[in-house]
Amino acid sequence: MELTGAEIVMRCLRDEGVEYIFGYPGGAALHIYDALYQQDAVKHILVRHEQGAAHAADGYARATGRPGVVLVTSGPGITNAVTGIATAYMDSIPMVVISGQVPTHLIGDDAFQEVDAVGITRPCVKHNFLVKDVADLATTMKKAFYVASSGRPGPVLVDIPKDVTAQKAEYIYPSSVSMRSYAPVAKGHPKQIKRAVDLLLAAERPIIYTGGGIVLSEAEDELRELVGYLGHPCTNTLMGLGSYPADNELFVGMLGMHGTYEANMAMHECDVMLAIGARFDDRITGDLAKFAPYARIIHVDVDPSSIGKNVKVEVPIVGDAKSVIRDLMKEIERRGQKPDPAKLEKWWKQINEWRSLDCFSYDRTAEVIKPQFVIEQLYKLTGGDAFVTSDVGQHQMWAAQFYRFNKIRRWINSGGLGTMGFGLPAAMGVQLAYPDATVACITGEASIIMCIQELSTCKQYDLPIKIINLNNRYMGMVRQWQEFFYDRRYSHSYMDALPDFVALAESFGHVGMAIEKPGDVQSALREGLERKDRLVFMDFITDQTENVYPMIAAGKGHHEMHLSPDADDTPQERELA
Amino acid sequence: MRHIISILLENEAGALSRVAGLFSARGYNIESLTVAATDDPTLSRMTLVTRGSDDIIEQIVKQLNKLVDVVKLQDLTEGAHIERELMLVKVKAVDVAREEVKRLVDIFRGRIIDVTDSTYTLELTGTVEKLDAFVKALEVTEIKEVVRSGVTGIARGERALTI
Repeated sequence: MELTGAEIVMRCLRDEGVEYIFGYPGGAALHIYDALYQQDAVKHILVRHEQGAAHAADGYARATGRPGVVLVTSGPGITNAVTGIATAYMDSIPMVVISGQVPTHLIGDDAFQEVDAVGITRPCVKHNFLVKDVADLATTMKKAFYVASSGRPGPVLVDIPKDVTAQKAEYIYPSSVSMRSYAPVAKGHPKQIKRAVDLLLAAERPIIYTGGGIVLSEAEDELRELVGYLGHPCTNTLMGLGSYPADNELFVGMLGMHGTYEANMAMHECDVMLAIGARFDDRITGDLAKFAPYARIIHVDVDPSSIGKNVKVEVPIVGDAKSVIRDLMKEIERRGQKPDPAKLEKWWKQINEWRSLDCFSYDRTAEVIKPQFVIEQLYKLTGGDAFVTSDVGQHQMWAAQFYRFNKIRRWINSGGLGTMGFGLPAAMGVQLAYPDATVACITGEASIIMCIQELSTCKQYDLPIKIINLNNRYMGMVRQWQEFFYDRRYSHSYMDALPDFVALAESFGHVGMAIEKPGDVQSALREGLERKDRLVFMDFITDQTENVYPMIAAGKGHHEMHLSPDADDTPQERELA
Repeated sequence: MRHIISILLENEAGALSRVAGLFSARGYNIESLTVAATDDPTLSRMTLVTRGSDDIIEQIVKQLNKLVDVVKLQDLTEGAHIERELMLVKVKAVDVAREEVKRLVDIFRGRIIDVTDSTYTLELTGTVEKLDAFVKALEVTEIKEVVRSGVTGIARGERALTI
């Protein structure tokens, strides 16, 4: 049977098993919205701004592992979505974005709401398509889902001119597609697997450093088995939190700029480093010249271009994390060897010494609310089992430090692009995927304002998100850098003229709470979390001058961390730069 | 080091800008770039000349391979290869220069492909160095216009870039 292009789009989504699409209508997308109206297999979530659509689809994808789907119109519809697409791109999140385009005969004419969507998104998508013939539409949609979710995942844009959505073609949705120019590698090279095992078994001061790749590949069980067998310390990147249980003794915490003292020192002192699904980003390595000077590095990544990009690697393994870890385990079991317990014991003794420094300690006697305390209490009250989204800044780092994630897909944040405004719309995607779960959005008063309009979407779809607003009346991370590196010249980091968040939440039809005393934190959180059917906006008035520690300043190495004045007996010099 | 990278890519709108965009976004340099469809009309072949350390060239090759439109590529400079560039030059050809330029064209094994009372248009094919030398030799007269195609190349012997 012949269908219109718009109907084909909807049928493709249905046949792809898409549950939700996140979007906003407009002229060039109207045929698609009409086809959407006349079906009920795919549910559409109407956001209030296209950036919110992309973040919501992204949050859905991060929480479920399935590609998030976005539908926007041409021109400002797609340009508004670009920040969300770039956010997904930097964190390798599977996403399919469908954008309406002006009719084919108007392309290039500077038509109303025309923008070169394929050109604008090119640097921040894994791939994109402009569909010029309705006969190619179904295959293109299949390719989009295939490319978005295979190999190193990422967003894929399908730009469809309005006339193509009106033209008719026979609908056949291919069950699979093969592309001669695209064939991601899954299996690691056996020779490299053997070399890696040689290094791992002989290591005296090993560290296993894993990132978002473990989450994307859902290799957490395999990782646990490998780490458990070897008894090596394991550290996660910001993107990898939850891939190794935070409660496990072998876990040394997050590494990097605001990672634990023990994780960073272990990275610096290690003799063998196994990196899996992590990309040696600058926030992880600090100064590359000082990075892990004694390490022989094994790097496992599904994207060959990640390997050797920033750091010289001795054993490169291109492959999917799950498959490679299984092969590593098989090779280790085949040899029936274990690492030398005496050497490991010595290494662990050193790590535990670093650990005893208690690098996350903060002043618990303060009369103002400490942001760390709020997150600690949230962790306790949710049993560590909530989905936590965050925005970007200090609160994000404290969430990563103080909420201990034991499962993958529970920690949802914009790590690569660092997009303020991500937290609330992302939480919408998560809550839709898991309607009965506790979804907390840890945010700050600067970030939350950036996509505050989505409170309206939350009302429309009854999304009972718990917003934990750590309100310090500053762009906290900007203020912290200005305190450390700019002689306390707080240039435009002050959030003046803030709204009354309680009244704001209430005006959107939600519950608002203001919490000002440390003694009220626990009871407020408990009360907020118990309102299972409502969105609760908890506005915590926190310490204005609290800083995130430890910190590796720009140009410093892992061993040159700046510690909290509360962490150590010896007062630290505050000058860093 | 100078590298000549030959790329087979899908002959689709936008494929070229993906390659060009990659180079500008990541700050790699392009010395020259040529592209045209092959005997298989679904494929284009691009020849790209770039410079960089071994690490940078490794990244360039990996990043190019990552582009979904790139089907296959080969670093020609890794093995024996032939490179050619086509140049068209328009020169002033009056008085003694008329004979002198003709002689030079013979020496360089080029051709005169258009003649007027006052000009020659010359065609020369060769390596970059040969073309450079020819341009320098043409200082005997006034050069009006130089058009160079950029380098194309092919591996010697059995080695071939096909799918």
